[in-house]
Formats: sequence, structure tokens, C-alpha cells
Amino acid sequence: MEPILKVENLVKRYAKRSFVGTPQDFLALDGVSFTVSAGATLAIVGESGSGKSTLASCIACLETLTAGSLWFEGRNLAQFPESELRKIRPQIQLIFSDPANSLSPRWTVLEIVVEPLFLQRKLGRKERSTRAFSLLERVGLSADIAKRPASELSGGQRQRLAIARALTLDPKILILDEALSALDCSVQAQIANLLLELQSSLGMTLLFITHDLTMAAHLSDEIAVMSRGRIVEHGPTAKILRNPGHDATRQLLAAVPQLPSAPWPAAQQ
Amino acid sequence: MASVLEIQNLQVSYRSREVRSRPVLSGVSFDLMPGEILGVLGESGSGKSTLAASVLRLLPANGQIDGGAAIFEGKDLLQANSEELRQVRGGRIALIFQEPSLALHPTIRVGEQVRRVLSAHQSSVKNDLNERTQEVFTQLFSQETDRIMRSYPHQLSGGQRQRALIAQAIACNPTIVIADEPTAALDPVTQMEILGVFRSLRVKLGLAMVFITHNPALLSGFADRVLILYAGQVVEWGPAEAVLRSPRHPYTKALFESLPNISRENKKSRKNMLPVIAGNSLPASLPRRGCSFEPRCTVRMDICREYEPPLVKLGETHIVSCFKYKE
Repeated sequence: MEPILKVENLVKRYAKRSFVGTPQDFLALDGVSFTVSAGATLAIVGESGSGKSTLASCIACLETLTAGSLWFEGRNLAQFPESELRKIRPQIQLIFSDPANSLSPRWTVLEIVVEPLFLQRKLGRKERSTRAFSLLERVGLSADIAKRPASELSGGQRQRLAIARALTLDPKILILDEALSALDCSVQAQIANLLLELQSSLGMTLLFITHDLTMAAHLSDEIAVMSRGRIVEHGPTAKILRNPGHDATRQLLAAVPQLPSAPWPAAQQ
Repeated sequence: MASVLEIQNLQVSYRSREVRSRPVLSGVSFDLMPGEILGVLGESGSGKSTLAASVLRLLPANGQIDGGAAIFEGKDLLQANSEELRQVRGGRIALIFQEPSLALHPTIRVGEQVRRVLSAHQSSVKNDLNERTQEVFTQLFSQETDRIMRSYPHQLSGGQRQRALIAQAIACNPTIVIADEPTAALDPVTQMEILGVFRSLRVKLGLAMVFITHNPALLSGFADRVLILYAGQVVEWGPAEAVLRSPRHPYTKALFESLPNISRENKKSRKNMLPVIAGNSLPASLPRRGCSFEPRCTVRMDICREYEPPLVKLGETHIVSCFKYKE
């Protein structure tokens, strides 16, 4: 079966304009390739600056590619004009680490979830409201916070809201860019469970971008390790954890903080 | 051996429009020994940041200290006058926050920022200041010290900015450093580096530290004792190894169980639901009396709803605030 997403030799270069001296281009992605099967979870891990977030933006079609191909359901998005991309974007949704920047603090929870439905212009007013409430319930937000402004929500509630909004568009792929990192540990567990539950009931594909190897290992089927704009290792999660093949992977594993009762498998040897 | 800081029954609340005043810390007591690293573990709403701010009386305008004492070098900081406080803040007790970009001035080179801190607290003889600044930076940056000192914050990486902040904090050789989530904004590799910096400063300078975090794993192999805050109260406090390996309080246990645990997982259990703590600790959900954790506790008893749990001693140095452990 064809993978839902296939990235081929993706290159992203940022041009740096300068009035003085020679402008230095920054190569954020240096030929990235991988595939993801529908309904699977791929974790993309790597140190700061390895290009993970740039990769997320490129796959979500929020950045144009400098070179390479981006196959989504067999079509190369890298060659799509903006008018076509506009129709594809709802199917690949991106959730950020701090939705405070993308959720207007003065809008109410309900308004935020209804907005994408309104813009899609497919449902009438009453239907939009019904769908919105059902999505809120789906992500574990109680109906009584629907009229509250987003600024009054806790971190965990904001992320649930961001997920609800993403779900209004029936996405096939959900990209989570450090979406759990800013949350308390006990809240991370709740959102992780929500993601697993949504994946199992809606068959969504998840791209989980994070520094947190523990959570990445828990949620993913496969892990891709990035370093300096390239994927240096990619394989089934258990295999990568037990037998890391690259220094970057080993460095990340060595830096994982762990409770005394829960040593990594490697430490038990 | 006498403690270097003693917090006694600290009570802090915030005034707001809706409720007259909301208690954020309800009777927090603990002490800090010289050269100790105390890990304060708490999630959002536990009062951990308020604790850090209260010790040096740096609460926002709507915060008020309702009671308690913070004994440092024989004086109660909560009763000290502004001149005494000015000498203690930065000079004897330093604070490090989570976001270095907020605490570092964007248009002053970092070397100069540290120099100014020194100048505010110590001798203002130019050569002394320069020498001391150089000394401090060499401790934190073994390579490229001069280049770092001449840099502006935006020219440094996240880890370097955090080291610059630490330089600012230790410049005056304080007795205590209180760090509120100092590594939260950093990636794990840099995080480990910064923890190593703190460890070596403890050894070199005999620094005592209060390290506030929401991530229990960070404290393993780092903190000497660990204190767990929940809804403004101390629920457990004891030697790090004991608390992290075998937590006693139901909240601590439930918190640790909700962390993904790779060693327990084999191929079959990966991508399984994590055991979560039902409910939340938002102020609206806290009970009006009895134990604050009771509504979410899986081993609650009738008495937990009626009365506040006592502090029970388990062994010499481990205390738990829970009726389960009371004879």
C-alpha cells in the first residue's frame, strides 16, 4: 500500500539578505527523505536547530520547498500552485507548542472552533454549532467553558482546543511540533492519551516532533533522528532505542532524564 | 548543623476581582541546609513560582504574604526593610528564572550586565569589577570567554544565555540560588549541561540551591532532597532517592505513574493509554475543606473529606501529609 506521505530529497534554504558583506544562506534542510504509512505515528527527534520545525512547516505547506518533492496521497505538493495548496492544507494540520500565539485570547472557545467551519462555508449556523460542541466534547473540553475567552484556559485546555480546531477540518495528518513540551507532566499524559484515542478512532497519521525522547518512544511506531538538516537514522522505535546507530541518537539517549525506578533498557546491560 | 534558610508556615494569596483573595500557598514549611540542592516539584497551580518570589518579596502587586516567616542569616526576610532586602536580593540570595531572554537586557552586552550586578552589590573599583567579572565568566565558559562577554544576548544560543544568567546569579557569591524552571526552555542535551554546571558550582562554591521544576526525572541524581507541592501545600518531603524511587503520597505516586516509562514498555504496551490523574488542580476544582487532593485520590477515605491531613514522619527525614500513613 502506498504511504500517505513521502518526502523526497527535501531542501529548504533561507536566503539571508545583507547590506554589508556577503549574504550567508542558511541551509535548514539538506536533502530529507522518508515515508509514513497511513494511520502510523512517526516521531521526529533531534537537538535544537536540527531542522525539525522547518520540516514540519514544509510538510504543512506553510513554507515553500527550495528543492525536492512532497508526495501526499500520491500527488506532489511541491508542484502545486497556491490555489491548489489552499485545498490541501486543511488535510495536514499543524499544532504548535504554545497555541497562545495562534489562538486569539479574546475569542471564546466556541468562536475559535467554529471559525474554520465558517470559513469552509459548508454548514449552516446551527450545524456549525452542533459540530463545534461535539468536537469540544471529543477532546475532553466541557460544554460550560465554550463561552469563556481562550485567555482563561490552562495550558492543557488550550492544547485540547487547538486539537479541536484542527479536527474541524477532518485532517488526514496531524503534525505536533513540541505540542506537549510546555505542559505539566500529568497533563502531557492526558493529551498523549487523547492523541492515541483520536488516532485509533479516526485513523489519523501523526507526526510527532519533539526533544522528549521518552514521550516520542511511547507514542511512535517509528523514529527519525535529525541532525543539522538531515535525517541520520530512521527505523522502528524499539530498534532505534535498543541499538542506536548514530552519534546524534546516542547523544539524545544519553541526555534523557529518568526516574530511578525506570532506567533505559541500555542501562540494564 | 544549622539550616541556611528556614521557611515557616508561609501563607500567600492573590487578590482578584472575582474572589476576595485566593490562597496560593497555605502553610508551607521546610528548611535548606548549607550546600544542599533541594528539588521543589510542582505542577501549574501548585504555588511553586509564588514560593520563589515570596522568599525575596518579589510578588506582583496583587500578591500578599498573609503569614509565616523566611529566616535567613538570623533575620526574617518577610519582615525586613527595603535596605536589608536590597542587600540580600542578588547579593546573598539569587534568583534564576525560566526565560533567560526576559532576564537579560537585550541591548547590553552580557559581560557588562554581570559587571553592573557586581557594581550594585560590591566594590565599585573598576579593576576589581573587571577582574571579578572575568573570573565569573571563566567559571561558566571555559572556552571563548572573551567573545561571550562581549556578546549581546541574541548572539548567544539558548544554553549560553542560560549560563550568562547563571553568571549574573553567582557573581556576588550568594549563599543560596533559587532557580525556577531554569532548564525548561532548553533541549535535553543542553539541559544536562546546565544541571552539570549547577552541580559543579555546588562543589566549587558551596552553593545551596532550590531547584523548582515540574519534571521529576530531572531531580534524579541531582537533588539531595525533594519536596512535592500540591495546591499550595507540602504533600511530601524527603531524601531524593527515597521520594523518587518509592513515593508515598498518593499524588506523588500517581504523578510518577503517569510518566511514560520506557523500561516497562515492550512492543506490546507501547502506544497504550497512560494512567492519568482524574480531574485537575485548578482553583475552582479544589475542595473547600479536608485534603486538597481528595477529589482526585484513588485511595481516599471518609476522614480525608473532613479534615486536613497531618504531617506524618516516615523514618528520620521523610514526611508525608496523608491520613493513610497515620496510625
